[in-house]
Amino acid sequence: MIRVPIANTVQLQRIALRQSYLFALLLLIIAVAVNAALQPDFFRPGVLSDNLQSFLPLMLLAAGQTIVIIGGGVDLSVGAIVSLVDVVVVRAMGNSPGASQVLLAIALGLASGVLAGVVNGICVAYLRFQPIVTTFASSFVFSGTALWVMSSPGGNVPPSLVDAYQANLLALPVVLWVIAVVLVLWNFLRSTRYGRYLYAVGGQSMSAYVTGVPVSLVRLSTYILSGLMAALTAVALVMSTNTGDPLIGAPMTLESIVAVVLGGTRLRGGQGGVAGSLIGVIILSLILNIISFANVPTWWQTLVNALIVLLALTGPGIVALVRRKLS
Amino acid sequence: MKRLKLSPVVIALLLAIGLFVLGGLVHPGFANYSPAINILRLAAFLGVVAAGQTLVIIGGGEGIDLSVGSVITLGAILVYQIANGSDQMVLPALLVALAVGAGIGTINGLGITLLLIPPLVMTLGMAGVVQGLILVVTQGKLTGATAPIMVTLITSPLAFEIPGVLLVWLLLGFVMWVLLERTVYGKQLFAIGVNRTTAKLSGVRVPAVLVLTYALSGLLAALGGFVLLGYTQRVFLNLGADYTLPSVAAVVVGGTILAGGQGSYFGTMAGALVLTLLSSLLTTLLLPESVRQIVFGATLLLLLSAYGRQQRLRN
Repeated sequence: MIRVPIANTVQLQRIALRQSYLFALLLLIIAVAVNAALQPDFFRPGVLSDNLQSFLPLMLLAAGQTIVIIGGGVDLSVGAIVSLVDVVVVRAMGNSPGASQVLLAIALGLASGVLAGVVNGICVAYLRFQPIVTTFASSFVFSGTALWVMSSPGGNVPPSLVDAYQANLLALPVVLWVIAVVLVLWNFLRSTRYGRYLYAVGGQSMSAYVTGVPVSLVRLSTYILSGLMAALTAVALVMSTNTGDPLIGAPMTLESIVAVVLGGTRLRGGQGGVAGSLIGVIILSLILNIISFANVPTWWQTLVNALIVLLALTGPGIVALVRRKLS
Repeated sequence: MKRLKLSPVVIALLLAIGLFVLGGLVHPGFANYSPAINILRLAAFLGVVAAGQTLVIIGGGEGIDLSVGSVITLGAILVYQIANGSDQMVLPALLVALAVGAGIGTINGLGITLLLIPPLVMTLGMAGVVQGLILVVTQGKLTGATAPIMVTLITSPLAFEIPGVLLVWLLLGFVMWVLLERTVYGKQLFAIGVNRTTAKLSGVRVPAVLVLTYALSGLLAALGGFVLLGYTQRVFLNLGADYTLPSVAAVVVGGTILAGGQGSYFGTMAGALVLTLLSSLLTTLLLPESVRQIVFGATLLLLLSAYGRQQRLRN
């Protein structure tokens, strides 16, 4: 066995602790390698861009979920908010909207997402309801409203919106720019006083409160941000699916939580980051890609996918257990 | 002003009675004997499933079991295929289903205690695995049949139109009361829920108790699949999906605190009754699906405001 000097190990461990997404990064490299081996044209710009376009909605959603989870909560209503905003935007655009009407519809959609976040936030932060049940209950209100706005899939989206989603800007896909903006904004947010408040509230809400952090306000803000990100997710979905669907967000809630955990953010709060969650989304999506390219028999696909995801989720735990047993 | 303190179980029961009377007022016939029995029957399914959820949540440490929905489906499919319409095979089929459910729960418990994976994530991941297993086992073809004896025991009226599933539920209620209040296991579970460290220092084998708890949750979910099959008499691939989160809601409405260490199964029974009455009432009123969902969600939020609140930061 190779003996690593102690100072180095400590340093390595410190880096590993600070960069909670290192494990996710490792998984990502494996997933990309396997995917590239199975799918020869994986690295072609067109294919990469197509992939990013299909990953983007869940990435935006997971980014919002990450902020709530860092703040010590969880948002089970994000999928319902996505459905709601999706149909609000499509409905508000009408049949052949002009540019101003499109912008108005998107603004209306973002506003409804924020409003949904405010409802969640007030219930959790000021009325002190438990996050899991609160957002589960409010998800019925949001998905019911979505069905009320539009009872079945339909509606038209102007081709210009669809083109914009697939377009390039300065030789790079628009979706890539969006991801870059999310990352830059997150890193800025994290370095501000608000960022430190966020981690403090999620880590030790009592100590944060005693030291003068506006705990309730910070909690409220996490749900508002999550609502806003869910609304942006819906806008991305409208642009990529070309239609409105009142049920589109339902399966995305739990996926967003799995992506956040895969990305190294702990559900306990006070730790983690958005970058890891974005990697988590890519891993989840690549696993599905790999399974379809590896010719896994149809009836086995769900099981194989679930087992890989479970293994990825339990990976850090297994490593820690082995280390405890060895020492 | 001194605040009136009512136990959550009483609040939930009063609420159930209130909803029942309200139903009778707005829709004559809702409060008649046989519709009432039918609502109790539907509540019993949720109640059986939520029994395991109650144990897991009392155990604290963010305990929750999101795999119950898929275990219900798997349990029902196993009984459906193994018994295949034969009365003699029902008992062996039930035992296999219960064992598989307990096995899945044990894996959940091991992942949570040994690998320190958060319960929400572990059981969510397991739900996916079980769903995958169901597809592999059935290959999409659900062949089999429900044994006549199951229908007799669960759905058909025994006396005064009371179906067997209600007796099963009452019996389960008694067993759960004994388990929680009169056994060492129950005391240890509450102790773990209140404070893991003190429980451990007092000699409770925390991991063993928790693994047993998740195993029981899996077993009770499989039992839920069995009784549900006796009612639906056929299986489909998402039979249990709609029971996962309602089972958590039933536990919370029944006054068991998500933080753990406090609660009772009688509360959960009342909670299951409240949720079932609420959705039956909304269905009876012939409201569109959208309005039903909105009212259901809003009522759940109102219920939470009654007693689902967390402690203030400022004491």
